[in-house]
Amino acid sequence: MINYIYLTVLFPLAGFLINGIFGSKIKNEKIIGIIGSGSIGLAFVVTLSAFFETLGLPEENRSNVVELFTWLSVGGLDIKFAYLVDQLSLTMSLIVTGVGFLIHVYSIGYMHGDKSFWRFFAYLNLFIFAMMNLVLGDNFVVLFLGWEGVGLCSYLLIGFWYDRKFEKGTTAEAAKKAFVVNRIGDFGFLLGMFLIYYTFGSLNFKEVFTKAASFPISEATFGLIAIFLFIGAAGKSAQIPLFVWLPDAMAGPTPVSALIHAATMVTAGVYMVSRAAIIFASAPTVMMVVAIIGLLTAVMAASIGLVQNDIKKVLAYSTVSQLGYMFLAAGVGAFSASIFHVMTHAFFKALLFLGAGSVIHGMHEEQNIQKYGGLKKYMPKTYATFFVATLAIAGVPGLSGFFSKDEILWNAYANGGFILWLVGVVTAMMTAFYMFRLLSLTFYGEERFDHHHVHPHESPAVMTTPLIILAVLSLIGGYIGMPKIFVGENGNLFEHWLEPVYAPALEKLALYGSHSHFEEILLMVVSVVLALSAIYFALQVYTKKPQIAENTSKKFKGLYNLLLNKYFVDEVYEAAVVQPIQKGSEKVLWKFADSFVIDGIVNGAAKVVDVGSAFIRKIQNGIAQFYAVVMMLGIALVLLWVILSL
Amino acid sequence: MEQNLLLTYLLFAPIVGSVLVLFFNKEQVKLVRWFGLIVSLIAFVISLIIYFMFDQANPQFQFVNKFLWISSINVSYHIGVDGISLLLVLLTTFLTPLTLLSTWKAIEKNVKMFTFSMLFLEAGMIGVFISLDIFLFYIFWEAMLIPMCFIIGIWGGERRIYASIKFFIYTMVGSLLMLVAIIWLAVYASNMTGSFTTNLLDLYKVGASIPNQIQGWMFGAFFLSFAIKIPLFPLHTWLPDAHVEAPTAGSVILAGVLLKMGTYGIVRYCLPLFPQSAVEFAPVISVLAVIGIIYGALVSMVQTDMKKLVAYSSVSHLGFVVLGTFAMTVESVQGAVIQMVNHGLSTGALFLLVGVVYERTHRRDIAYYGGIAKIVPFYSFALLFASLSSVGLPGLNGFVGEFLILLGSFKSQVLNNWWFTIFAATGVIFAAVYLLWMYQRVAFGVVKNHELADHLSDLNTREMIVLAPIFVLIVWIGIYPSTFLKLTEASTQLILQQVSTYTVNLLK
Repeated sequence: MINYIYLTVLFPLAGFLINGIFGSKIKNEKIIGIIGSGSIGLAFVVTLSAFFETLGLPEENRSNVVELFTWLSVGGLDIKFAYLVDQLSLTMSLIVTGVGFLIHVYSIGYMHGDKSFWRFFAYLNLFIFAMMNLVLGDNFVVLFLGWEGVGLCSYLLIGFWYDRKFEKGTTAEAAKKAFVVNRIGDFGFLLGMFLIYYTFGSLNFKEVFTKAASFPISEATFGLIAIFLFIGAAGKSAQIPLFVWLPDAMAGPTPVSALIHAATMVTAGVYMVSRAAIIFASAPTVMMVVAIIGLLTAVMAASIGLVQNDIKKVLAYSTVSQLGYMFLAAGVGAFSASIFHVMTHAFFKALLFLGAGSVIHGMHEEQNIQKYGGLKKYMPKTYATFFVATLAIAGVPGLSGFFSKDEILWNAYANGGFILWLVGVVTAMMTAFYMFRLLSLTFYGEERFDHHHVHPHESPAVMTTPLIILAVLSLIGGYIGMPKIFVGENGNLFEHWLEPVYAPALEKLALYGSHSHFEEILLMVVSVVLALSAIYFALQVYTKKPQIAENTSKKFKGLYNLLLNKYFVDEVYEAAVVQPIQKGSEKVLWKFADSFVIDGIVNGAAKVVDVGSAFIRKIQNGIAQFYAVVMMLGIALVLLWVILSL
Repeated sequence: MEQNLLLTYLLFAPIVGSVLVLFFNKEQVKLVRWFGLIVSLIAFVISLIIYFMFDQANPQFQFVNKFLWISSINVSYHIGVDGISLLLVLLTTFLTPLTLLSTWKAIEKNVKMFTFSMLFLEAGMIGVFISLDIFLFYIFWEAMLIPMCFIIGIWGGERRIYASIKFFIYTMVGSLLMLVAIIWLAVYASNMTGSFTTNLLDLYKVGASIPNQIQGWMFGAFFLSFAIKIPLFPLHTWLPDAHVEAPTAGSVILAGVLLKMGTYGIVRYCLPLFPQSAVEFAPVISVLAVIGIIYGALVSMVQTDMKKLVAYSSVSHLGFVVLGTFAMTVESVQGAVIQMVNHGLSTGALFLLVGVVYERTHRRDIAYYGGIAKIVPFYSFALLFASLSSVGLPGLNGFVGEFLILLGSFKSQVLNNWWFTIFAATGVIFAAVYLLWMYQRVAFGVVKNHELADHLSDLNTREMIVLAPIFVLIVWIGIYPSTFLKLTEASTQLILQQVSTYTVNLLK
C-alpha cells in the first residue's frame, strides 16, 4: 500500500468535496457523518497497511518516496508533489488518521442538531487532508502547503460558530488571532526555507539532509536555519512568545480542540523540528534554545493552568505545557522521545478534550468547573475514561504518559543537566495538581450546579465509544516505549523503530555520557513520588477542604491574579504591538504620509500649475494696445542690452 | 516571406468590434451587450489558438508581423509575442469578456459607449503587450488612456472627474518623459547604425552601448513612466482614487491588466534596453518596492472602505512583482511574471465581489456589513476564496508567485542583501491581517444591519459564471503552475541573459 499512500490524502479530500458541495442538500446527519468519518476511516486503513508493509521491509528500505507530479520547477528549483513514507511520517499518519477517525465519530454525536452539521464535517475532512500533506510531504514546500492548510482549517473551525461571543470578543476574532500569530511563525519558516535553498540548492528532504550531514557548512548557517525553522514551529506549536493564540482557539467546538488544538496540528512544529533533526543537531546552541524555550513554556503554561476555571482553558494551557515538554525533548536530542510524547499526548489529551466535551454537552454548554461537581454518578463512562486520561497525563506509573514523560525527563537530565530536569519535574507536579483539581471539581465533591436548570446526563454511545477506545490507548499505549533499563537496548520498540530517521543527527550529537542505572531509577522514583504527592494534595484540597484553596488564593492575591490573567501577556502584546501598528498605520501612514504628504505634493503641483497659468493667462488679454506696449518695451530692453554690451 | 497574421487578427478583432458597436441603435442594449461579449470571446479564442501554436522552447518573438508604416521616420507596424507577452495577452483576453459580463446589470447608462470603450481598451492593452516597435508601443500606451478615462469619468462614482483627471495627468507626466527618451533613443540608434529606427529588436542591440550616465537618464525616463503605472511607492496616490471612483468593470481591468503594463514595460524595455542602469538602480528600486509592500499592506489594513482596501493591497502586491523583477534571478523573475497574472485574478475577483454587494446595497464601508455569511453563503465563500488567494495560501495561485519572488530575491546577486527578502516577507503576515480582518468584519459576527437581509441576495448565475473561470485558474496555478511557468521560462532566461553580462561586470 506504500505506493497508494496518496489515497490517505485523497479520501479526506473526497469527503471534503462531497460534504462541502452537497452537504447542504443531503441534510441527513447520518449520511454526512458516515461520509465524513468513513473517509478518515479509509485513510486510516490505508495508512495501517502501509505501516505493516513498511514493517515487513528490511530496515534500510523503510524510507520510500511516492512521486505524483512536478509542482514548482523554475531554474534550479525543482519541487515535486511527492510523499515520503518512512518511519516518522507513518507514525504521524497513524496518529492523525487514527485519533482523527475517533474524533470524527464522536463529532457525529457532539454536533448533532447543529444547523451547519455538514460544514463542520467538510472542514474537519479538509483539515485531515492538509494535515496528511504536512506529515507526508517529501520536501519543505509540500510540508508548508499542509502547514498553511491546517492553519486555514484551524481558522475556519475556531470561527465555526462565527456569530457567537467568546470571552471579551467574538469567535471570529479568536480565529483571526490564531491565523495571524501563526503567520508570524510562518514568516520564520519561509525565511528558513529560503536559507536552506540558498545553502543547499534544494528543498527536498533527502537532498538537504544528506548534504547537511556531509557538507562543510558553518555552525552559524545551521544555527540561523534552525532558528528560523524554530520560529515557525513556535507559532504552530504555541511556544513562547507565540503561544497566545492557542487558549483563544478554544472558541471552536470541542472536537476541534481535541483534534486540531491538542492531538494533531499543534504537534506539527514538533514534527518539523524532529524531521529536520540533522539541521538542529548541527547547531548545538539553537538546540539549547529550543530546550529552554520548551521548558519555560511548559512551566509557564502549567502555572497558568493551576488557577483557570474554564474546563477547556485548563486543558488548553495544559496542551501548551505538554508541547513545551516535547520541545524540551527535541532540544536535548531526544527526538524519538518527543514524538513518543506526541503520540501518548494525542491519546490522553484528545480523550480529555472529548471528555470535557461530553461534560459540556451534559451540562448544557456550561464550561465553568466551579459550577460542576459530583458529576461522577451522572456520567459514569465519561468519568471513568476522563479518570484514566488524568492518571496518564499526571504521570502515574504504568500509563502511557508516564513512559513518555519519564523518557523526556531522563534525557533532560542526561543531556541537559540537573536544572532542566528539576524544572521539568516541578512542571510535572503542577500538571498532576491542576489535572486532579480539574477532576475533583468536576466529578467529585458537592454538586454546585443549579438542579432546576441543569440536568446532567451521560452522552450517547457514539460519543462514549471513542472515549473508551482512547482510554484503552492511554492505558496501554506506553508499553511500546518502555525505558531501556527495563527492557534492554532494543526493547524500546518505539525508539528502535524511529532510530534510522535520527541516526545521522544522533551521530553528530554524540550524546549519552555515562550515567548509572541507579541514577536513572532514582530520578524516576523521585519524580513519581512528587507527582503522587501533588495528586494527593489536590484531592485533599478540592474534595475535602476547599477553603484551603480559597485562603491560599486570598493570601497570595497578587500571584493569583497574575496567573488568573495569564501573566497579562495578551494585554502587553495588545499595547506594545497591535495598537502601535494599527494606530501608526492609520494616523501616520495613511492620514499623514499618504493623504497629507504624498497627495499633498501631487495636488500641490497641480495647484502651482493652475495658479501659475492663471497668472500667465492674464498676459493674453487680447488688447492690441497692451501687446504693442509690451512689444515696445521688449525692443527697448533689447536695444538697451545691445548698447550696454558694446 | 509569408506572414502569419493571427496576431494582427487578434489586435484588430476588438478594434473592428468597437467600431461596429457604433452602428448599433442606442436602444438595443441587450444586443450591444451580447455583441461586445461575443467580440471579446472571439479575441479570447484567437489568443488561445496562438497559445497552442506557440513554440514554448523558443525564446524569440513569434507570430511576428512587420509592415513599413511611416517610411519617412522608418516606423513599422511591427508586432510579435514571446512567452511573457503571450501570457499577459491571455490574461487580457481572458478578463475582458468576464468583465463585460459582470457589467450587464451595473452599467445601465449609455451601454453602447461603454462597450465601445471596453473593446477599444482591450485593443490598446493587447497592442501594448505585442508591439515590437517602440513608437507603436507608445501610441498604444497613450491610446489606452482615453477609454480608461472615459470609463472612470462617465460611469464612475461621485468624485469621478477628479479621479479620472488625476489618473490622466499622473500618467501623462510619465509618458511625456518616456516620449523624449524614445526620440533620443531613435536618434542615438541612427548615430550608431546609420539609420533612424524605432525597431525594438534593433534598439536592443545598441541600448547597452549608451554611455553610463546618459543610460541612467534614459532608464529613468522609461522607469518613471512605468513606475507610475504600476504604481510603485510613492507614486501610487492616483490608484486609490481611480479605483474607488471607477465602476467595478473599470477597477477589474485597471487592477487586472492596466497595472501590469508598468511591470511588463520594465521587463520588456527597462531591463534589456538599459541593462547597466537596471543593474545599477536595482537596489534603490527594490527598496521602494519593499517599502511599497509593507506600506501598502499597513495602509490597506486601516481602510474603512472595502474598495480602497483592495486598492491599497495592489500597491503591496505589485511591490512583490517589482522586487522579483529587479532581483534578476530566474526564480524571482518567473515569480514576478506569474505574480502579474495572479494579481490580475485575485484582485480582479476581489473587485468583482466588492462590486456585487455594492450593486445591491450601494454601500462599501466595512462597518455597514457584518454577519453576511449567514445571509449570502455562496458569496461569503467566494469572498473567502479570493481573499485566501490574495493572502498567498499554498495550493492557490498567490503562493506560487510570492514564494518564487522571495526565494529568488534571497539568493539574488544583484541585490546581494537578505534584508530585502526579510522585510518583504513580512508582507505575508500583513496580508493575512488586512484581508482576514476585513473578511471577519464583513462576513462573520452577528448580522448588524437587518435591512441587509432584505437587500442582499446571494450570487446569481451570471455572477457565478463570471467568477468560476477565475477560481478555476486560481486553483490551477496553485496546484499545477507548470502550464504557465513553462510558457515564460525561455523568454525569461533570454532577458536575464541580456542583463547578465552587466550583472557579472558590476559584481566585479
